[in-house]
Amino acid sequence: MNIVVLVKQVPDTWAERKLSESDKTLDRASVDVVMNEIDEYAVEEALRLKEAQGGEVTILTMGPERAIETIRKALSMGADKAVHLTDDALKGSDAVQTSAALAKVLEGLEWDLVIAGSEATDSRMAIMGALLAERLGKPQLTGARKLTVDGGKAVIERQTDNGYAVVEASLPAIVSVVEKINEPRYPSFKGIMAAKSKPLDTKSLADTGLDAGSVGLASAPSQVVSFSNKPPRQAGQVVKDEGDGGSKVAEFLASQKFV
Amino acid sequence: MTEVLVLIDHVDGTPKKVSFELLALAKTLGSPSAVVLGAGGSKTVDALKAFGADKIYLDESSDHDEFLVGTKAALLAQLVASASPTAVLVPATAEGKEVGARLAVKTGGGLLTDAVGVTTDLVAEQPIIGGSVVVSSKVATGTPIIAVRANSTAPVEADGAGAVENVSVTASDADKAARVTERVVEAKGGRPDLGEASIVVSGGRGVGSPENFSIIEALADSLGAAVGASRAATDAGWYPHQNQVGQTGRTVSPQLYIAAGISGAIQHRAGMQTSKTIVAINKDPEAPIFELADFGLVGDLNTVVPALTEEILKRKG
Ligand SMILES: Cc1cc2nc3c(=O)[nH]c(=O)nc-3n(C[C@H](O)[C@H](O)[C@H](O)COP(=O)(O)OP(=O)(O)OC[C@H]3O[C@@H](n4cnc5c(N)ncnc54)[C@H](O)[C@@H]3O)c2cc1C
Ligand SMILES: Nc1ncnc2c1ncn2[C@@H]1O[C@H](COP(=O)(O)O)[C@@H](O)[C@H]1O
Repeated sequence: MNIVVLVKQVPDTWAERKLSESDKTLDRASVDVVMNEIDEYAVEEALRLKEAQGGEVTILTMGPERAIETIRKALSMGADKAVHLTDDALKGSDAVQTSAALAKVLEGLEWDLVIAGSEATDSRMAIMGALLAERLGKPQLTGARKLTVDGGKAVIERQTDNGYAVVEASLPAIVSVVEKINEPRYPSFKGIMAAKSKPLDTKSLADTGLDAGSVGLASAPSQVVSFSNKPPRQAGQVVKDEGDGGSKVAEFLASQKFV
Repeated sequence: MTEVLVLIDHVDGTPKKVSFELLALAKTLGSPSAVVLGAGGSKTVDALKAFGADKIYLDESSDHDEFLVGTKAALLAQLVASASPTAVLVPATAEGKEVGARLAVKTGGGLLTDAVGVTTDLVAEQPIIGGSVVVSSKVATGTPIIAVRANSTAPVEADGAGAVENVSVTASDADKAARVTERVVEAKGGRPDLGEASIVVSGGRGVGSPENFSIIEALADSLGAAVGASRAATDAGWYPHQNQVGQTGRTVSPQLYIAAGISGAIQHRAGMQTSKTIVAINKDPEAPIFELADFGLVGDLNTVVPALTEEILKRKG
């Protein structure tokens, strides 16, 4: 079974993140970057399926040149090869445009499953799986806390607001996973060494066949008009319980008209 | 006046509160047209009319319950083509955002997610990076599709024309490619929905056991609140997964969020830091949750929480 895992490089959530004043996009150059945390679970799930059922795991990332560090990490966890779509013309693409570019690359690869993370910590849109399913005309199995693949069919447990839904589809399918699904492995020393010589295919926008006028900031279907930085949340009053903690909290709630 | 389509979130014919909020918002932008899909849809009609729906597009086809997301997007795309609405509003739930995403691809429109306000010229306000930055965005191509968070605006009673129009979906095989074979309800009954509640009381590892979550529930009930949990608590099996608040759980934005026995990890904050007022109860004065709390109490939740519940009940008489 061949699996493509979508891995995104994102600013470290602990780092101070800001929008750039000039083009109102997330400043990705001046911050520490990491693999989107949930994507590690996507990689792990793909590796487990490969270990059980054979096949190859390919990492696909769209992002600037430095995203190569994140790709290397995925390879060092055990993925076989990677495709890196990178082009200055793609900068500032919104999710809908990104899905068009990723879909083009996916059309040129062989896969039974695409596995994404459920949500990126920078965009927090949680829609890439749905966008790709729509573009590629393939089943959408998103928000999986459990995945089973057997006999040409994939079944997931999808978290819902009041429990879960069991959803099934034939392969090939698009899956996205939440962190309940597994516990990702750490790259081993051997894995880190091996990653250096694994195949990496770097693609430009021209390789996707998309027109430069259809991607990137200027043509994005959603545009940021303006933004304002809110003052950071100020820590309020912190008091110690001296046997009267319950009534102290109640007093605060009453002062705010909650009781 | 041009129509504004509102995708109604309902459970077997009972609309969620966010549906009424979206109708109120739609009324500021044009004429609200509710779109009700799936089993039980006709039961929503009176309520939607009473909250301002001028038109109600109804399709009770079981396809919308049986297949994931695709058929709902297909039906909305039909309505976008036939009614040329000013905008489409969907709730910013996991499913609502996915419907919006597929609709954006189908119609060539743009999608804005997690809006907390929309101006009359269709500029959406979105808190990003944990609420530290607020962006104003608009859709530049096609019909704007905007996913709006619960609690962004108040429902407004307004007698709409409520004209029902039956519609039926023409879905492709791809729209019906993912089949829902079973829905399992794990909900704890009787409390408001976590995503919509105006007060949320959450417990974390500090609660210590599944049984002890009863003190969190009692506090929630004294306030008419929903119950949330940290990942530590859901992973331990102390509380159901769907009650998890955070990056991979629900994103909540209530008037009041009370965190008891929760340290305030970044992934937890991602789901609650745009709450209006935050109260933290934790025995560790160094817990990061205190950095964002409007009121923090350093103490043992085993004594503080029951005392607080008692005090609230006393004050409420
Ligand atoms: C990919 C990924 C996604 C994640 N998604 C989420 C998510 O959606 N939601 C989420 O919550 N987490 C999420 N996490 C986990 C997150 O990193 C934390 O591990 C988790 O939030 C910790 O939960 P906690 O605060 O309950 O536990 P802890 O961090 O262990 O904190 C427990 C707190 O309880 C206090 N305490 C203990 N006993 C008492 C007592 N008797 N009285 C008062 N206070 C007491 C302690 O002082 C401590 O501060 C995610 C992690 C990853 C890697
Ligand atoms: N630029 C990208 N390159 C590769 N994968 C991506 C990219 N953007 C999003 N994804 C995938 O889509 C998932 C959800 O992202 P989002 O819909 O942006 O929240 C992520 O966890 C990734 O798996």
